[in-house]
Amino acid sequence: MAVIRFLRDKWFYLLLLVLALCLPLLITNRYHFQIVIMGCLFSIATLGMNLILGYTGQASLAHAGFFGIGAYGVALLMKGGLSFWVALPLSALIAAGIGFLIGLPTLRSRGSYFAISTMCFGVIVSIVAGNWIDLTGGYNGIVGIALPTPIHLPLIGSVGFQTQVAQYYLVLAFLLLTLFIMHRLVHSLLGLSFMAIRNNEALAGSVGINTFAGKILSFVVANFFAGLAGGIYASLMGAISPSTASLDLTFNWLIFLLLGGAATLAGPVIGAFVIPVTMEYLQSLAEYRLIIFGALLIVVIIYFPRGVMGAVGNLRQKVRDFYDRKKGAKGAAAG
Amino acid sequence: MQLFFQQIFNGVMLGSTYAIVALGLTLVFGILQIPNFAHGHLYMLGAYITFFLMTLYGFGFWSALVTSMVALGLIGMLIERVVYRPLQDRPHINSFISAVGAMIILETSVIVFWGPQGRRIPNPYPDMVELFGITMSHQRLLVIVAAFVLIFLLQIFIKKTTPGTTIEAVAQNREGAMLVGINVNRVSSLTFAISTATAAAAASLVAPIFMISPTMGALLGMKAFVIVILGGVGSIPGAILGGYILGILEAIGGGYLSAAYKDVYAFGALILILSIRPTGLFGKEVS
Repeated sequence: MAVIRFLRDKWFYLLLLVLALCLPLLITNRYHFQIVIMGCLFSIATLGMNLILGYTGQASLAHAGFFGIGAYGVALLMKGGLSFWVALPLSALIAAGIGFLIGLPTLRSRGSYFAISTMCFGVIVSIVAGNWIDLTGGYNGIVGIALPTPIHLPLIGSVGFQTQVAQYYLVLAFLLLTLFIMHRLVHSLLGLSFMAIRNNEALAGSVGINTFAGKILSFVVANFFAGLAGGIYASLMGAISPSTASLDLTFNWLIFLLLGGAATLAGPVIGAFVIPVTMEYLQSLAEYRLIIFGALLIVVIIYFPRGVMGAVGNLRQKVRDFYDRKKGAKGAAAG
Repeated sequence: MQLFFQQIFNGVMLGSTYAIVALGLTLVFGILQIPNFAHGHLYMLGAYITFFLMTLYGFGFWSALVTSMVALGLIGMLIERVVYRPLQDRPHINSFISAVGAMIILETSVIVFWGPQGRRIPNPYPDMVELFGITMSHQRLLVIVAAFVLIFLLQIFIKKTTPGTTIEAVAQNREGAMLVGINVNRVSSLTFAISTATAAAAASLVAPIFMISPTMGALLGMKAFVIVILGGVGSIPGAILGGYILGILEAIGGGYLSAAYKDVYAFGALILILSIRPTGLFGKEVS
């Protein structure tokens, strides 16, 4: 019974999962496949941003800075001879640790103040990456970063990551892991306390939530996932530069998040896939598509402030209301 | 010592532009509560309009500057009406996203229509003077003096004229201003027009000294936000003082420490100061 109920409730997600697993059979074009891989990576980064911005209500604009820290961390540690599987968690932890140190002063400020001070930190990261030539290679960046170290599985044997398909399954696994952790987190008491801070910080404090600790924790976890995405990015791309930490990237994720739907788990993923794919379809419009995109952003934020997921939610509510009314009408007729 | 005074002079010149731009931003951000992240991009557009008026249509420097101010004032009013007014009562982050949209539109339009390369406005006053061993070009002196005059005029406007006092009234108490019959929407339009027109003036004044390019606005806009926050949101003296301090800080730091890291000083100072005073140096205590 439990299995049937599980299937009935979650069939949509299972279908999506099967589709995602079969995707390499459907997409044969290398370029398109690359877009899908980047979509998975940016989904992880955007999900991290969603935790601090969407669920906790603090608009951090340092996200690409932490993505960059993760990327440079993996690049430098792997150049230093560490395995990818050691370098990646280490770099994500470094990003989280720096996030803790930066969160201590910046999270004391609120609203736009917090947004601007984190934006300043993000800009500092990219300036330092461009000028600390001995460590980061300056504006030329670091090239020739190795692919993820092959892993040994019990039955299949050694799995390398030279092929795009293998890389895709790698990022998909990390995306599913991120989604799982985020799902557990936002549905826990801790997640509820984050949302309480977002909705009314003073009230949350008065019912005994340590709001500052909550904000710090959310910021640290968000930056851990930014660093994680950055680390995978560095290894898969093989080359990074200060633009890996640029503010433009933060703005991109912000747009993915807001258009997809903040404070939902599906929203960031939808945004991170739909927008880049749409941009590809509009390739013929060249530079003009950015103008259209900017205009679209303004229209969406004015008329659909909760993004795609908000619009879907409204639609579902309307359909449900319609059925309820129909049922109600039938009941009244029978009675 | 000569290097020191030379850097101070450059710092004051740089600070003059920062002060004007931050002044415009503090009006809309502090007084109307609109985080206009596109301010730096409007500044950039002002420089471009001056450039094209001078090179394509044969305007003189001053007539181009005034026309550019008027044009930007109108564009500012348009942006307030289309981009920000519908979001008036929503959370800050929404206006912020809207501003990112405006930023993308402005920057890409300039790249598409006029190309990504840097351009230089012909310098109207190329002569130099030497005073106590400091080299000063006439254009740089002009920037300092013009900034001074502009700030002075703006102060008189806000303190002494009726439209100016309505801006202050809205800043002090929005509902109260409505109750005494002030049209708050009209005040918003007016404030935006002043803010963007002064940004255009600042951009046109320094355009003959630095190159103009589509990306010049982004960093300046960010610095303007730093100044506004350090000086206290909504504080006009704070914005002016903060502008000059940042200009001098950058010139001294760039001259003595490292030119590559000159932007780090401003941003680092902000994080440091906000950690001690979360509402800025001269900011009021608000939650």
